[in-house]
Amino acid sequence: MTPILAAENLGRVLPGEVPVTLVQDVTLEIGRGEFVAIMGPSGSGKSSLLYLLGLLDTPTSGRVWLDGRDTSSFGEDELAATRLEKLGFVFQFHFLLAEFTVLDNVLLPMRRLGARSEAAARQRAADLLHQFGLGDQGRKRPHQLSGGQRQRVAIARALANDPPVVLADEPTGNLDSRAAANVRQILHDLTRDLGKTVIAVTHDPTFASVADRRIGIVDGLIAPDWRA
Amino acid sequence: MPIQFAIAVTHLVSRKRPTLVSLVGIALGVAFFLAVSSLMRGSERDFIKRLVDNSPHLTVYDEYRTPQPQPAVLRWPAGAVELRRVKPLREVRGIRGHAQKLAFIESLPGLRAAPVLAGSVVLTFAGRSEGVTLSGIVPAKMKGVSTIEDKMTRGSLDALAANPNGLIIGEGLAKKFGLSMGGVVNTVSPAGEPRALKVVGIFRTGNANYDETQTFALLKRVQGLLDRPDRVNRFILQFDDPYVARETASLIEARIGYKAVSWLEASEDLMSVLLVRNLIMYSVVSAILVVAAFGIYNTLSTIVMEKVHDIAILKSMGFHARDIRRIFLAEGVLLGLVGSLLGLGLGLGLMALLVQVEIKPPGATDIVHLPIYWGYDQYLLALGFAMTSAVVAAVLPARKAARVQPVAILRGMG
Ligand SMILES: Nc1ncnc2c1ncn2[C@@H]1O[C@H](COP(=O)(O)OP(=O)(O)OP(=O)(O)O)[C@@H](O)[C@H]1O
Ligand SMILES: [Mg+2]
Repeated sequence: MTPILAAENLGRVLPGEVPVTLVQDVTLEIGRGEFVAIMGPSGSGKSSLLYLLGLLDTPTSGRVWLDGRDTSSFGEDELAATRLEKLGFVFQFHFLLAEFTVLDNVLLPMRRLGARSEAAARQRAADLLHQFGLGDQGRKRPHQLSGGQRQRVAIARALANDPPVVLADEPTGNLDSRAAANVRQILHDLTRDLGKTVIAVTHDPTFASVADRRIGIVDGLIAPDWRA
Repeated sequence: MPIQFAIAVTHLVSRKRPTLVSLVGIALGVAFFLAVSSLMRGSERDFIKRLVDNSPHLTVYDEYRTPQPQPAVLRWPAGAVELRRVKPLREVRGIRGHAQKLAFIESLPGLRAAPVLAGSVVLTFAGRSEGVTLSGIVPAKMKGVSTIEDKMTRGSLDALAANPNGLIIGEGLAKKFGLSMGGVVNTVSPAGEPRALKVVGIFRTGNANYDETQTFALLKRVQGLLDRPDRVNRFILQFDDPYVARETASLIEARIGYKAVSWLEASEDLMSVLLVRNLIMYSVVSAILVVAAFGIYNTLSTIVMEKVHDIAILKSMGFHARDIRRIFLAEGVLLGLVGSLLGLGLGLGLMALLVQVEIKPPGATDIVHLPIYWGYDQYLLALGFAMTSAVVAAVLPARKAARVQPVAILRGMG
């Protein structure tokens, strides 16, 4: 079976007077339903690698394969369309739109894709919120929720269009241990129950220990024997 | 409602103050645009109306636009012989076969025509002499083509019809001569025999020169006075719709050959002055909308800066650069549209106030209202200008928003 996501000699150099190398020669394959933790010291290029894998940033060398397709030939439109349907993002600072309700935030990607009727989209958004224990929070604004709740809304939104891959950048980095355990459990369940592929950058050793696989990154390179 | 539009509305509603300031800017611009435009266009129409009412819509003269070709040229069109000292055969002044030509003109729809023989005469009264233009008219027909009947302060055209020796003069001339109704004036022309004519009517048009130099008598009497029996030297035409005069002029000229001049042609220089005046006026009032557009630019630029994180998250979620651009263009369109509608209401209010204003022009006896033009074309023009400036103002912020690189923002946060 083809891996859902693969990196082939992936590199990213920030141009400038002194070029900065963020990621170097990363080659890896991630299978469907895998729960992968990316770890490494601060500033080692974990986030940069995640942006490349999530088609948010363009590599300066190498390429990313998504679901068997070479994405290096994609134009702006196809990249955006792929992000909309195939990828979901969760960030450390849950970027929810402040003026929209929790429910509307979850509806955003579905409304943009337009594959579901408004009624079906609303039903799905409500189901997702309910699934993450937020069934009665849909009409609140994001600032009325706790950090853990907001992060669960962000996960619901990432899952709205039912993408096969979820990318998370320190999803528990900003949460207390109970909320962190909850979010970690939710992400883990996604892989087990729904067959999603979850790739999470994390500093949390517990998080790393429940992952199927840990990938160490040091100085932008894969470090197979890196330990926290 | 497309999601892009919903986001646009949310941005504007959540930033109440700058949104309100932008709206007020556009609304004031549109209101001012309408107030000035309605005043300028109103006075222009008032002016044209006076022009149209007080002069013939079309005059057919007893002359040709191009001189008659010489017989030799007609005989040998390609000839190289030049016959010197050949002068055009002198046309006896007057419209030839005027009865049939008038009948033809009167057969055209939507107009009335009257024959006139105008010539110079000298009036003598109580030892004073004055050269004036005497027009011989047929009163019944003259009523249909001229407002002179409405301008009579004493007597009427009917009195002229009843008295073959009647004369109608202007108030200015009457004052000069110290003449009043019933006064008898001696009338002499270079050609014909002198006649004594009795004043049966006095008019006042308000145009001092006209009131001092124009006089009217019966056509038959004037033909005798000028020794031009059965001659007429112009037709005066009045139309139901003055704006068809130009076309009819070419039709008549093509058909009967004599020069036919419409009021539009006669006042072409004035019309171009009015056009320039309108151009200047619309440039100035549009400049106000351009200034208002800076308000929109400022508001949208601020929103783009404040919402740069939202833009980054929307793009990472899969929104296209195009979607982001549309969000901010929609905000420009919304501000422009709502501002224009507010401005339309405000402008109509201002116009309703202006139309109440009473003014008393110097020298005039009656109070008049400011002339206000209510035509819908100026609303469309104002709306068009406002929308164009609003959209143009939104283009730069929208482009800037569309170019936001999500990774650059995410790096800054992480
Ligand atoms: N705009 C930039 N200009 C120069 N260097 C940059 C820029 N952005 C990031 N870097 C550098 O690139 C390297 C990789 O950054 P990245 O954010 O990927 O690290 P990270 O592993 O996610 O770190 P952390 O664990 O702190 O989030 C860092 O050393 C950082 O200093
Ligand atoms: Mg990071």
